[in-house]
Amino acid sequence: MTVKPTDDDAVKPTDGGSSSVDGSRTDGGQMFSQAEITEVTRTQRYQEWFAESIAEPFRIAWSDWRTKVGLLIIAGFLLMGLVAWISSSTWFVLERIVLVDSPIANQGSPRLQPLEDMSHPLGTDMNGRDLISGVVHATPTMIQMILAGAVFAIVVAVIVGTVAGYKGGTTETVLMTASDVAMTIPGLPLVIVLVVLIEPQSPWLIGIIITINVWAGIARTIHSQVLSLRENSYVEASRTMGIGTPTIIQKDILPNLMPYVLVNFVYASRRVIYDSVALYFLGFLSFRGVENWGVMMHLAYANASALLNPEATYMLIVPMLPIVVLSFGLMLFAQGTDRLFSPRVRTRNEGKSNTDETDEPDPMTGV
Amino acid sequence: MNWFIKRTGQAIFTLWAVATLSFGLIRLMPGGAADIMASRLQQQAQGSNIPREQLREMVASQLNVDPDAPIHEAYYQYMSALVQGDFGNSIRYGGQEVNAIIADTLPWTLFLMSLSTLGMFAIALSLGAIMAYKEGSTFDLANTGVGILLSSIPYYVAAVVFIAFLGYRTPLFPVRGRYPSGVDPGFTVEFIGGAFHHAMLPALSFIVTGYGLLALTMRGNSIQVLGEDYVRVARLRGLPDRRIALRYVGRNAVLPLYTSLLISIGFMFGGSIILEILFQYRGIGFEMNEGIIYRDMPLMMGTFLVITFGVVIALWIGDATYGKLDPRIKSGDDSEAY
Repeated sequence: MTVKPTDDDAVKPTDGGSSSVDGSRTDGGQMFSQAEITEVTRTQRYQEWFAESIAEPFRIAWSDWRTKVGLLIIAGFLLMGLVAWISSSTWFVLERIVLVDSPIANQGSPRLQPLEDMSHPLGTDMNGRDLISGVVHATPTMIQMILAGAVFAIVVAVIVGTVAGYKGGTTETVLMTASDVAMTIPGLPLVIVLVVLIEPQSPWLIGIIITINVWAGIARTIHSQVLSLRENSYVEASRTMGIGTPTIIQKDILPNLMPYVLVNFVYASRRVIYDSVALYFLGFLSFRGVENWGVMMHLAYANASALLNPEATYMLIVPMLPIVVLSFGLMLFAQGTDRLFSPRVRTRNEGKSNTDETDEPDPMTGV
Repeated sequence: MNWFIKRTGQAIFTLWAVATLSFGLIRLMPGGAADIMASRLQQQAQGSNIPREQLREMVASQLNVDPDAPIHEAYYQYMSALVQGDFGNSIRYGGQEVNAIIADTLPWTLFLMSLSTLGMFAIALSLGAIMAYKEGSTFDLANTGVGILLSSIPYYVAAVVFIAFLGYRTPLFPVRGRYPSGVDPGFTVEFIGGAFHHAMLPALSFIVTGYGLLALTMRGNSIQVLGEDYVRVARLRGLPDRRIALRYVGRNAVLPLYTSLLISIGFMFGGSIILEILFQYRGIGFEMNEGIIYRDMPLMMGTFLVITFGVVIALWIGDATYGKLDPRIKSGDDSEAY
């Protein structure tokens, strides 16, 4: 095993140290010859970081049935996206592999009921498009929308919330007034007007438009959280030692906000799913193929009159299923993660102090 | 009082910000409302080319925004028209004032919203309290599961299911309109009963999908309050259970939900657009959709502004009365307000 010394290691590797002739260390070299204790390799560091920030929270989350089911549903959904991506990819190796056909007209005979023809288990729509193909192939764009929307909302919220909370003063007043204003404007009407005027096509842009003022509410939560965090003694210690604001925010404040970020990410995702499907369903967003579950609902509602006609109701029900199942998974996950909020668990995940045994973070070693 | 003034100032600032935003959407955005409007007017003329000057005047008179005037002048015109409560004229309804359309439809949206809000909070609060008292029982667990399941259904999905199964398959409720046709509006049993009957499915769509999370929050709050020392002291003092449940536990558990109430007002006002389209319920959201379908920009922007103003004012009233419920707010510690 190659041992690489890291920058902040005070003790040099001592393989040759004990035999060296300079008299500054007589027997001290022997004491530190067991390098594992003092020398932390980069691999070890990453392992430790992985154990503390990923493995441990994951273990805690997994022990709760709600997060377990939620995670399984989310994983299944991601898998569905992967299947669709592989099937439609034109990349040279993947081009041949088609796991699920793309939804095109006349895949099967039109208006097949579910289970009527086992080559189309959930049936086909009035143009003969297989409904499973439609559901699966709408997943990748949905994932793009969720990522764009939720990441946008969270990043803006975290920046606004932490900066306002930590800096205080005029910065705080300006940023918080802005969030209050954005928060009071009802989201959906604004989104609908923007969508009608901009006519976005890219899923990334649609995601961002949907969460255009979602960040405000999250920024408020994070702001009030930061207000209490900044009074902690270890933050004060960092400040006294002359560590700069960006570093304090990054090292002392942000790790404590992770649970809130996680839960709000989930809620923002749910919002993106609900609103994007609604926008397609009601025809506010234009579409070319069946690129969203909302489009499938729209076609069933507008072209097959699925509400009136019992024979066509399945066309409306099938695309509704993934929406409900996925948001159920997200809700369970969010409900279950409140375990991560409990102070004992959080102390362990504090990440800054390497003292796993002590329950309370030591303010001195904490920096 | 200081807090009240601050909050009022903020509400007015928000109204101004929204009005400015709407001006920006109409005038500044390339392909914005003014452009859409001009091209629509041109289309309507069918072949005969409208001179640019005349087009400009038509857009200016109907949208209150002059596309060719300097920005500050156009902005001043637009704002002064808004202050006077002038939202322009609708194209969809043959030049009728947008004001009149809003006056006709807004009360119905408010009626629908109050019905849903009242129903949702009544169910959620009582259910949450009972669940907290029976914490850990089968009743509690079952209701938690059902609550989470129902709240992961989007309200419009619930609406679609209700229309298909309670409207068409088993026609228990009417699926379109605001009141039964052939009944004159007035204080008659037929009209009021009919209005409630028609509002039932849209309201249920909100209630069924929304009560779950609220009940869970109420349950959590109640459990927390039940563990407080003052509740134990009240028990030791031998106060009657009813008094403890209502005055000690109920009040303190409901207080944090006031914020949820305010948030749900904004959410429902927005969501009412979708439900009103699905149920063809002529409320303000339905008219906004008409504005969008017919590219009727004055109607679209007017309804958008009124919906937003409505939410801002409702939140302002809510925050202003919060001090009555929670005396702590008057001490000036405004971080408690949210």
